[in-house]
Amino acid sequence: MTYVTADPKGVDAGPHFLDGDHALAEGALAAGCRFFAGYPITPSTETAERFAERAPEVGALFIQMEDELASIAALVGAAWGGQKVMTVTSGPGFSLMMENIGLAVMTETPMVIANVQRGGPSTGLPTLTAQQDMMQVRFGSHGDYNIIALSPDSPQECFDLAVEAFNLSEFYRVPVFIMTDETVGHMHEKVVIPPADQIQVVERNNYSGPKEDCRPYNFNRQGGNPMVRAGDGYRFHITGLTHNEKGYPAMTPEQNVKVLTHLMEKIDGNAEHIIRLEESEVEDADVVVMSYGITSRIAIRAVQDARKLGLKVGALRLITVWPFCEKRVRELAPRVKAMIMVEINYGQMVRELERVVAGRCKVVSVNHCGGAVHDPQVILEAIKEAAQ
Amino acid sequence: MSCNDNSACGGCNARPDVLPNTHPHKDESLLRMERMPHIWCPGCGIGSVVTAFTEAVKRSGLDMDKVAVVSGIGCTGRVAGYVNFDSIHTTHGRAIPVATGLHLANPDLKVVVFSGDGDLTGIGGNHFIHAARRNMNLTVICVNNFTYGMTGGQVTPTTPGGANASTTPYGNYEYPFSLPFLADAAGATFIARWTSLHSRNITQSIEEALKHPGFSFVEVITPCTTLYLRRNRLGDGVDTLQYYQDNSILKHGADTRDTAIDFQGKMVVGKFVEKIKPTYLDAVNATCAKLIGDDYQLYGKTPPEKDAEKKAAEEKAAAEAAGATAGGAT
Repeated sequence: MTYVTADPKGVDAGPHFLDGDHALAEGALAAGCRFFAGYPITPSTETAERFAERAPEVGALFIQMEDELASIAALVGAAWGGQKVMTVTSGPGFSLMMENIGLAVMTETPMVIANVQRGGPSTGLPTLTAQQDMMQVRFGSHGDYNIIALSPDSPQECFDLAVEAFNLSEFYRVPVFIMTDETVGHMHEKVVIPPADQIQVVERNNYSGPKEDCRPYNFNRQGGNPMVRAGDGYRFHITGLTHNEKGYPAMTPEQNVKVLTHLMEKIDGNAEHIIRLEESEVEDADVVVMSYGITSRIAIRAVQDARKLGLKVGALRLITVWPFCEKRVRELAPRVKAMIMVEINYGQMVRELERVVAGRCKVVSVNHCGGAVHDPQVILEAIKEAAQ
Repeated sequence: MSCNDNSACGGCNARPDVLPNTHPHKDESLLRMERMPHIWCPGCGIGSVVTAFTEAVKRSGLDMDKVAVVSGIGCTGRVAGYVNFDSIHTTHGRAIPVATGLHLANPDLKVVVFSGDGDLTGIGGNHFIHAARRNMNLTVICVNNFTYGMTGGQVTPTTPGGANASTTPYGNYEYPFSLPFLADAAGATFIARWTSLHSRNITQSIEEALKHPGFSFVEVITPCTTLYLRRNRLGDGVDTLQYYQDNSILKHGADTRDTAIDFQGKMVVGKFVEKIKPTYLDAVNATCAKLIGDDYQLYGKTPPEKDAEKKAAEEKAAAEAAGATAGGAT
């Protein structure tokens, strides 16, 4: 990835007291996002409001679309129009976006989508926290595909990961998701926005070579392929149909092998470059407590309490949730007694953990039906039981 | 080169496996000839609209590199893949929001939406009314053949009452939309309707629509020979063109409330609405200029402007350096 320093116009440098939703908008602006299309939905709306308020002074454009289907569709158009683009939503809106998330994946359109998760299913718990869309973000649109999903645990990290999400999205030409939650979204904390020259961003890589060599696609299973910007004279075509390098429909099983393998492998094949984890006292641990987002701030308390009781426990926080940290889990599984997944859902990422552990250690799910965060005591009890 | 004989090939795009390509299309430079033959049936009206469109773009004087075509799903959805412009073939019903994003992200473009009646006013109906309401600066061309052709002839929101479709095998129970009326009520600022018989009028209207600042809408009634005509025993494409000739009532400026189409009834055609009001982006820019000042510019300076500024600064610095050296020497 080639970095440049951020455009100072979008960077409101200095210390702030922000909630996670507002920090997302600031992160997007700092990363160079200049187009935001959204639709109001609790508990994500504050991001849209912040972007709308800041747009004129930054020279960005905010539009409230008629629904979430339109919001995500507008991002596809705006990205090919040359802008860095973002939307934000929550459960029901996320469901509505699914079809065109597939279009964005298929057309390899960079965009950032934040899901400030709330309890479900259906209208569920609009104002209360959850982490119930972790499988939907990976598998919710039809067909096989791959994406990147990050999970911030604080307003500061909402800012930081928004910048990182744009960088990953631009490089891998894939929708990148910020899977935050109502608690982080509405929690106010200190957020320090660095000066523009300390923020590293990946710029849009627009093709500028000869017209006859212009190809919107290169199925080389890598990131870094250039985009083509509308209006630059290349007269490109893109489609949601299975296509060739020129972007023309090529609907054969053979072509789908090329396209699909590329879409999967540009992420999975580069997982080690993409994945970021935060570990604490994992090296000598008998039990590893995995968590992500707001849950990790509860889990760490339980881990500390367990350590005080003399239990060998470590904490592993997934900053990157998708792609899943298979390599690290394979390293740890034979060395530990148990791995515990703590999450505010009925047990979603724990399935991925079970798949990768493949019986080499005990896997425990500490789940929660949503609406609140875990009681650290519940996690502590699970640790005690797992350590036996 | 122009084509004078469509009788043998059923249109200008001769299938190379059937006929030698002795009929070069008059707008080859604006079509992706490498993608021919196209998928449309003999007698289908979509080709006539595409021809009118390419001719209109030429006449409009627009920079061809700054014209973009967005379409959804269906037979008309394939237009984006055949025209030689920047083009996006999107999902079903979503051509207008994708076009909205493209236009707003890159206001130098003239973005055109090609859409069928089902795509535009069934699954995409919400986007249609909202883009019209915003007076978004888009040209929307609807090829209305009263049917979902790609999926085999199902009823659409414009299918006339009583007409037979594969999902209304005993006749359509529903009331259809009149699209000019719908567009008018929603706030479109340019509205015209023709049939595919009216090649020159379609061309003229699309040219005007392309030049119109704001939401411009051109509806073209076309025959779906394979499905709608056959299922309703209405003959072939030529019979339909005869029907169009006999039943079109030219009425420029007609009240759009009077533009409903009954099954095989009369059709009011013409330019119904043309008015000027600020577009969405006009309103954004006016407000932001008031807030920020006259040097407000959406997205800041364009890359060429930035390059020019950088170059000017470098030249200035070089000149100053040269001046300083010269001054030092004397």
